[in-house]
Amino acid sequence: MTESNPQSFSRLPTLTHRVWTVWHRNFDVFMKTWHVNFLPSLIEPILYLLAFGFGLGTFVTNIEGVKYIQWIAPGLVAITVMYGAFFECTYGSFVRMYYQRTFDAIIATPISVEEVIAGELLWGATRATFNSAIVLAVVAAFGLISTPWFLAILPVAFFGGLLFSSLGMCFTALAPNIDFFNYPTFLLITPMFLISNTFIPLASFPSQLQTIALAVLPLTHVADLSRLLIVGKIETLGGLAPEWVMLLAVCWIAIVTLAFFVLSIYLMRRRLIK
Amino acid sequence: MASSESVIKAHGLTKKFGSFTAVDHIDFEVYKGECVGFLGPNGAGKTTTVRMIYCFSPVTEGELTVAGMNVSTQSREIKRMVGVAPQEDNLDPDFTVIKNLQVYARYFDISKAEAAERAVELLKFFRLEEKQTKAIDELSTGMKRRLIIARALINQPQILLLDEPTTGLDPQGRHIVWDEIRNLLKQGVTIILTTHYMDEAAALCDRVLIVDNGKIIETGVPQKLIKQHVGEDVLEVPFNETILKALKEEMPNADIEIFGDQIRVFVNRHGVFESIVKKFPDVNMTIRNANLEDVFLKLTGRKLRE
Repeated sequence: MTESNPQSFSRLPTLTHRVWTVWHRNFDVFMKTWHVNFLPSLIEPILYLLAFGFGLGTFVTNIEGVKYIQWIAPGLVAITVMYGAFFECTYGSFVRMYYQRTFDAIIATPISVEEVIAGELLWGATRATFNSAIVLAVVAAFGLISTPWFLAILPVAFFGGLLFSSLGMCFTALAPNIDFFNYPTFLLITPMFLISNTFIPLASFPSQLQTIALAVLPLTHVADLSRLLIVGKIETLGGLAPEWVMLLAVCWIAIVTLAFFVLSIYLMRRRLIK
Repeated sequence: MASSESVIKAHGLTKKFGSFTAVDHIDFEVYKGECVGFLGPNGAGKTTTVRMIYCFSPVTEGELTVAGMNVSTQSREIKRMVGVAPQEDNLDPDFTVIKNLQVYARYFDISKAEAAERAVELLKFFRLEEKQTKAIDELSTGMKRRLIIARALINQPQILLLDEPTTGLDPQGRHIVWDEIRNLLKQGVTIILTTHYMDEAAALCDRVLIVDNGKIIETGVPQKLIKQHVGEDVLEVPFNETILKALKEEMPNADIEIFGDQIRVFVNRHGVFESIVKKFPDVNMTIRNANLEDVFLKLTGRKLRE
């Protein structure tokens, strides 16, 4: 038997600067068609702000003392982070891995499987950050930013993006085919889109649903931080003081990101090393 | 040219996928500057062996060293000095021809200026310079294959692994690739190629390893293997009882075999078939030189024996 089994779960990933050459490959492809890539991030928030902010906002005038359009703006930023990262590391990564065999080509160079996956994850996070920057600009153009801390949303987008990339990559490692992504999209992403404190305050849901949203849905925490940094307000959930809610969100994101980051690399190693 | 310095050594090399043994305790050595062919039918274990050499597939059992380095522990160093042209097309469809080479160079930490220079040189060598700004989709199968080999050379490897370099190519395309492989050999690159084309192995390889069911069943210089296993000349005749009887009487020591609806007679000397050809002037008989395919069929035993 060999001394080290690369599929073993006991070995931590070893990553070097080469991760960035993988990231760079994706960045180069992105820049080739950057104008098309930025379009959804530009148009979507405008449509949501018009439809929900102005449309629905005439019925729901304010939430916790904030105008409805202003209340949903941070939600849009958070949703952008989720979609950008998750889709990049599910559909995007799957196409590169399965149809284009790009991973196989890279693994024949001094870059390891682990570095390929880490590069993909960091790219997913970057993509989420780019997209959220555009949405942030749209939100600013609508005059909906009311704190000086709003630029801090970019690192939140990056780490939140890393979380959703890692989550997506776990599904990519398990996906038998590309249609499989319908399951996580409709069973996980769409529910988060609707109930994770994005368009509707979490407090208006039954308490069990609130508990689930806080315990297992990453978007809830990203949306909370986003609202704090854009509107300056965070929901006082379960009687917790705002500072504690913020700290909880940061810790939750950090721990879960690390866990899924490592798990997705393990799962991909198991899939790709044969 | 081949020297006595060994660059790849395998001892008891084994690869298992679950209960299936793809490569079964093989031993072989590759010397510096030689072209070694792994010859075998589909599923023989050729590609799996190549994948273990470039550290893509972990070794299940046995030892494998490349330039004295262990594949399980020094994969990064090995991959730095090896060039790989895989069987399937994994060129990057998101980039143009030249950008494919430049991006690949970056994976080896080759500087941008150096990469640009090498990319242009390689495209020239592989007669692709006019296609450099084209998308991968616009290339023919032959061009893609040449670009894959060009890409495998971007890190100026000392060892080049070519996994079925001409499968799916038309005759012109094959000969262009062969010329390029010969050029590389002249430059002193050690080449390992896998193929199931016997003429390709005979045309390019200093030595062939014939593999079947995960085992190396014979190894040697193509011409010597042909002489040793099948002889010099082969007579091919459509199957016919009368002729078969006559052949057996005329040449009792010859090796007579039946392949489907054809009789094949293998002999060790030239010019022994003349009398039999005269005896049956109306029968369509072909006399040809023995080749590696005869060796292969003989050794792998996929035939009906008389």
